[in-house]
Amino acid sequence: MKLKSILVAGAALAMTATVANAATLEDVKASGELNCIVTTGLVGFAYTDANGRWNGFDVDFCRATAAAVLGDGDKVKFVPTTGKTRFTALSSGEGDLLYRNTTVTMSRDADLKLTFLGVNYYDGQGFMVNKALGVTSAKQLNGASVCIQTGTTTELNLADYFRAQGMSYEPVPIETNEEARTNYLSGRCDVYTTDASGLAATRATFENPKDHILLPEIISKEPLGPAVRQGDDAWADATRWVLNALIEAEEYGITAANADEMAANPPNPNIARILGAEGNYGEMIGLDNQWALRAIKAGGNYGEIFDRNLGPNTEIGLERGLNALWSNGGILYAPPIR
Amino acid sequence: MSVASDTDSTPQRGGIMRLWYDSEARQVIIQIFTIAVIFALVGYLIHNAAANLDAIGKTLGFDFLFQPANYDINQSFLEYDSRSTNLKAAAVGLINTFLVAGLGILIATVVGFIMGVLRLSKNFLMNRLVYCYVEGLRNVPVLLWILLMHGFIVTNLPSPKQALSLNDSFFFSNRGINMPSPDPHPLFWATIIVFLLGIIGSLIFKNYAKKVQDETGKILPVLYVSLGLIIGLPLIVYFLTGMPLDWNTPAMQGFNFKGGYVVKPELIALTLALALYTSAFIAETVRAGILAVNYGQTEAASALGLRNNRTLQLVIIPQAMRVIVPPLTSQYLNLTKNSSLAIAIGYMDITATLGGITLNQTGREMECMILVMAIYLCISLAVSGFMNWYNSSIKLIER
Repeated sequence: MKLKSILVAGAALAMTATVANAATLEDVKASGELNCIVTTGLVGFAYTDANGRWNGFDVDFCRATAAAVLGDGDKVKFVPTTGKTRFTALSSGEGDLLYRNTTVTMSRDADLKLTFLGVNYYDGQGFMVNKALGVTSAKQLNGASVCIQTGTTTELNLADYFRAQGMSYEPVPIETNEEARTNYLSGRCDVYTTDASGLAATRATFENPKDHILLPEIISKEPLGPAVRQGDDAWADATRWVLNALIEAEEYGITAANADEMAANPPNPNIARILGAEGNYGEMIGLDNQWALRAIKAGGNYGEIFDRNLGPNTEIGLERGLNALWSNGGILYAPPIR
Repeated sequence: MSVASDTDSTPQRGGIMRLWYDSEARQVIIQIFTIAVIFALVGYLIHNAAANLDAIGKTLGFDFLFQPANYDINQSFLEYDSRSTNLKAAAVGLINTFLVAGLGILIATVVGFIMGVLRLSKNFLMNRLVYCYVEGLRNVPVLLWILLMHGFIVTNLPSPKQALSLNDSFFFSNRGINMPSPDPHPLFWATIIVFLLGIIGSLIFKNYAKKVQDETGKILPVLYVSLGLIIGLPLIVYFLTGMPLDWNTPAMQGFNFKGGYVVKPELIALTLALALYTSAFIAETVRAGILAVNYGQTEAASALGLRNNRTLQLVIIPQAMRVIVPPLTSQYLNLTKNSSLAIAIGYMDITATLGGITLNQTGREMECMILVMAIYLCISLAVSGFMNWYNSSIKLIER
């Protein structure tokens, strides 16, 4: 690049540069704290409760990772970001791990220089409207005002969908889920669109959730997954296998409650490998052999995390759907630990 | 070295130290040193940024500007859709910035001048009311005013279906103000041409009136003649040609109004908040400018027999302007730059398009930020260039 060579030449006077360190795993261990990038607030996924403690689906994965890497699930510093600031926060080193209901896409992987670790929630973009409008399908939304979070894949899907349907709409761009909620409830927009899970979570915070419906159309694939900076394979391996271990744990019935007991008397070799009774899988990813045991004990396996934060017994009330294990009719499938 | 020679040589120490004791040379040395430090610092920052971008494998490039933006913009004065390029999206945003800055400056100037003059009123109530207006507005951060205005419009006005209507052609709702748009017939051109001729005619008449005044001292009624030429004459032509103008009235259709023009609540909130906030500063500037004119000038004008309004128009204002214009320039620049707060309420200005969505969807932080900063710099330099020209055109001509 010509511009860049000029920039570098202009920097002839400069001293040594501080470059973002590539050894994140060592840095995190040394600092004794995991900086985890989450959303500024989305009930069910990442939000602070009345006591100021972070809670939610994504938050629990952050804690599990901290438990695996640092031995304590509370050694997490949460970095709240908007849809716009999340990637900058990661690439600038403000956070080391991103769990922020972020859609895995090719351009983000390749062009934004992220490494995605897998998928922790299979989602799709939906629409929420007030029942009073009498709308039953997204195809009836011609001319509507649509609230949309800027800097998201949903913004792009929305443009594509209305274009493909030959319909017009007024985009009402907003920054955070909270602003969207305010604008939607005050009637600035007729429709709020984001990931279906986010809509359900937002609706749960309304005064009268029953007055609002999610339209049947799901207009996109939104595989939400965690990410780290590209080019740090050791860190990517460690964090990726924590996610896989939590999914595997559900498959083999390892829960927060029975993990210690299973580690002592592993019922089968798969469980023995996960919980560190056999092999040296922890060492392969730069951790010790109890890494997965600690991660599971921090907040339970994938199913426990899901049920506690999003499941049918919560206010949000989401079914597992696609996010059920592959053996239960879903598509959740983690590579084996062996 | 002996003690004697040491004390001896103090006034004219040899070599480099002698330069340091020369005050002129010392200044040069300090300046060279300062500049070197500044360059080193800037160089270091640039190098650091380049090295960091390199470390995460990102390259600098502006190709993304010519790729489809893929997002929609709700207020666009150009032909724009989601297939248009990022460059076009930036242009749309820039025009929206110009619109809000232009409207804001216009309203802020008018309101600010009125408030500034009223602030000097001898009427106690008026004086105090304007005082409260100024202090109230300028002592609250402008971002809060923007959010307040937007929140007020969005939550207090009814939904489009229950929109407040004025004469069934203007509608006020939380989606903005819908108003009729003109739909001219071919004959309407006659009216426009007469209107333009009226402007030219009134300019000619103004020059003629000045000449008459210079030669005979007689003052011709420039204002009334101009009004007649610019407004009266086109109106006559308009009616003579049979009112060749239809109005496209907005009508409720589905979710929103169709037809006519719409002013979005974001534009209203942003313009009003910026304009009123800045008008408080302008009011103080205007007051300072008027007070800066020595009272003797007023007395001298009265002694010459000038009436009050002529005194203000011919003596006070021209001298006050010299004091008002430089700080006024700063206020205009502030307003323009503050318009970047648009993002807070989702008004799609240049910061929200190029510096917001495009930046985020393409991941080109460095390039987008450089461009946005360069654009604001150019706008500000243009405004301040114009104001400097205006300032030098009204400055005191010493004879």
